[in-house]
Amino acid sequence: MIYSDLFFWLFGGLIPLGITAFMVARSRALGSEKDGARLHSLPGYYGWYAVIWLALPAMISGTLFSFAHMFGLFSIPAPMLLGAMFALGGAGLWYGVRHINVDFRAREKVEKVTTILLIIAASISVLTTIGIVLSVVFESVRFFQVISFWDFITGTKWEPDTAFLIGAGRDTTGIAAPAFGAVPIFAGTFMITAIALLVAVPVGLFSAIYMSEYASHAARGRLKPMLEILAGIPTVVYGFFAAITISPLIVKAAHALGLEADYTNALAPGLIMGVMIIPFVSSLSDDVITAVPQGLRDGSLALGTTKAETIRHIVLPAALPGIVAAFLLATSRAIGETMIVVMAAGLRPNLTANPLEGITTVTVKIVEALTGDQEFDSAFTQSAFALGFVLLIITLILNIVSTVVVRKFKQRYE
Amino acid sequence: MSQHNFQADARKRKRDRADKRFKLYGLAAITFALAFLLFFFVDIIGKGLPAFQQAEIKVTVHYSEATMKNYNNAVDRQYKTLVSKTWLRLVPNQMRDNPELMGTDREEWVLGENRVDQYLKGNEGHRLKSKYQTMINKMQEEGTVRLVFNSGFFSKGDSKLPENAGILASAIGSILVLLLTMLFAVPVGVMTAIYLEEFAPDNKLTQLIEVNINNLAAIPSILYGLLGLAIFINFMGVPRSSALVGGLTLALMTLPVIIIATRAALRAVPDSIREAAYGLGASSLQVVWHHVLPLAMPGILTGSIIGLAQAMGETAPLLIVGMMAYIPEAPGSIFEATTVLPAQIYTWSSESLRAFEERTAAGIMVLLAVLLTLNAVAVKFRNRSENTW
Repeated sequence: MIYSDLFFWLFGGLIPLGITAFMVARSRALGSEKDGARLHSLPGYYGWYAVIWLALPAMISGTLFSFAHMFGLFSIPAPMLLGAMFALGGAGLWYGVRHINVDFRAREKVEKVTTILLIIAASISVLTTIGIVLSVVFESVRFFQVISFWDFITGTKWEPDTAFLIGAGRDTTGIAAPAFGAVPIFAGTFMITAIALLVAVPVGLFSAIYMSEYASHAARGRLKPMLEILAGIPTVVYGFFAAITISPLIVKAAHALGLEADYTNALAPGLIMGVMIIPFVSSLSDDVITAVPQGLRDGSLALGTTKAETIRHIVLPAALPGIVAAFLLATSRAIGETMIVVMAAGLRPNLTANPLEGITTVTVKIVEALTGDQEFDSAFTQSAFALGFVLLIITLILNIVSTVVVRKFKQRYE
Repeated sequence: MSQHNFQADARKRKRDRADKRFKLYGLAAITFALAFLLFFFVDIIGKGLPAFQQAEIKVTVHYSEATMKNYNNAVDRQYKTLVSKTWLRLVPNQMRDNPELMGTDREEWVLGENRVDQYLKGNEGHRLKSKYQTMINKMQEEGTVRLVFNSGFFSKGDSKLPENAGILASAIGSILVLLLTMLFAVPVGVMTAIYLEEFAPDNKLTQLIEVNINNLAAIPSILYGLLGLAIFINFMGVPRSSALVGGLTLALMTLPVIIIATRAALRAVPDSIREAAYGLGASSLQVVWHHVLPLAMPGILTGSIIGLAQAMGETAPLLIVGMMAYIPEAPGSIFEATTVLPAQIYTWSSESLRAFEERTAAGIMVLLAVLLTLNAVAVKFRNRSENTW
């Protein structure tokens, strides 16, 4: 493997070289301090200056070569590449060390480079967003060249099986064309999200009200971390719990009531997802409820209302924008949740209003399309990116709306 | 005597009742959440605890020429289905390594088959034939079958046979992936936060970065998997299923968490500290590096630990970048196919054999123990740092 050797030699070689460069430059700087002339910067800065001159040319050339390799422009053997990198690094070091004398302002140079590094780090988060958008859009576009966007958004039949054959270039005469109607998948996502919110919003909101308005300080200090454990449990664990414990319970309960329930029913993942989101809703609501000025409560209580009336008519309306934002963020959390539905919900797209039937969701279909052994280039695998695209858009909209709502709220009390 | 308003009295009682009810709703909500938590832990521990024990049976092992040719000859025929295939298969290897065994018959405790194991633990779905059930019952009376601590669960990798499956490979994979995540996400996250909080001019670009980070924090984790697949694997050529691609993907996912926590920690450092340092002639980087950063360290550590704990429990993006393959051995490098603890839990949970279910739950117990410890450590840091100013 070319990569592993490269990494090994690069770091194995550059680190000792860097230490040497630091020592050499530092002592050279100290040596130049004579006849009462004092160094401009602390000695360490001269060391760092040399290290930068060593590492930067080596890193930049290495990165450029690997990009060239990646795009298939040209590629050179690893030993030559390494040699070139070390040669450039050495040349840089020589150039850098030559600069060092008493008047040289090493600190300013080092700080300039550091600031640039900070800016590069900050831009990685932007690059991540661009990366997500590009990776999703690029494949989606290829998908929508084959399948019309309108059919995808409004079709009610999701039968992608024959897409393999077309992807593999097989003879497709006499085979039904694959259908990518995503409505049943969206409907399934919507149903599970609705169930989750039906659990999470009342429980989370009332927990927050109890903790911020009724509980003593000590009780609150103990209850809050316990609730937060719910948010710290990995989703794969929730998925196991939903599939192995809750689903059979629901099937049994439905049977006792004379109803039929699938083991992949929508109720089990929905309920568990709701429980998972409780601390999310409660901590966000708790924050906004605590932020309501005490004066509003005191005024209301002074007019003779009961505590419950104060909360219902004064505190909650004042906190409403924040609570709405919490609700929206919880929705986006539920829509994007993957493991619980992968493990406890079904695979079969099913357009139904019955939560006891097996249904499937956007995230399940993404995982299904990308974890098999299929060729990457079939419309089936590309459909995952199209679904991811929809997921991205919905989450972004929900997030932006909630940010706007919160911002409006803030202006009222400041 | 004042006139008594009975109507108002009744209304007041009604309002008081409504007041009590409202408080009860709150109490009920908390009770529901905590009751669920209790039920959850009891259920998982009840399911997982048996996996920490493993059946062993005492048989006479024949180290003979016939065994060398066919490992099925190692034990008497009636015991063949009771002992684990994984142990049987290794008998010839053992003989090769220890030539002095040849020609001897020894009584040994050996690994029991998973159906025997499940039967001994009293699980309904053990699927052991009734013929063997009576045999095991008899052996139990003779004391030639026992349940011992399942050390193999911690010292072995994945296996298709539940009695031989352990979490070692996936635990090492998890540590490797997490190390890579930490090496990438913590420096970049802290540097981003320092830039935004201490250096960035308040312009459109900075605002864009800020909005962007908040949005990234809300993006579903599975989309990071799509990014990892499209960019890291298909575009950059990082090997699929490797610890490197998993670590990078999780690092991008953890980045916003660390940035947001670090910014909060930096903001909590009072400006008087900065001004005092400037007053003594420090440059802006020196102010940050020598004064602000050390003071913000507890908060940064808390945020980093919470972010890494989150990454450690994450599964969905790792499935997309292929980290759910069957991997019995711990990875030798960051470029080899690797699995992680949550992914191992996922693959075990889809196995049909009953014995895998308890192993899944046991794996969950291990994962939860690690994550809860990490979170507790993070909370300790936060509590210690809170009262500084």
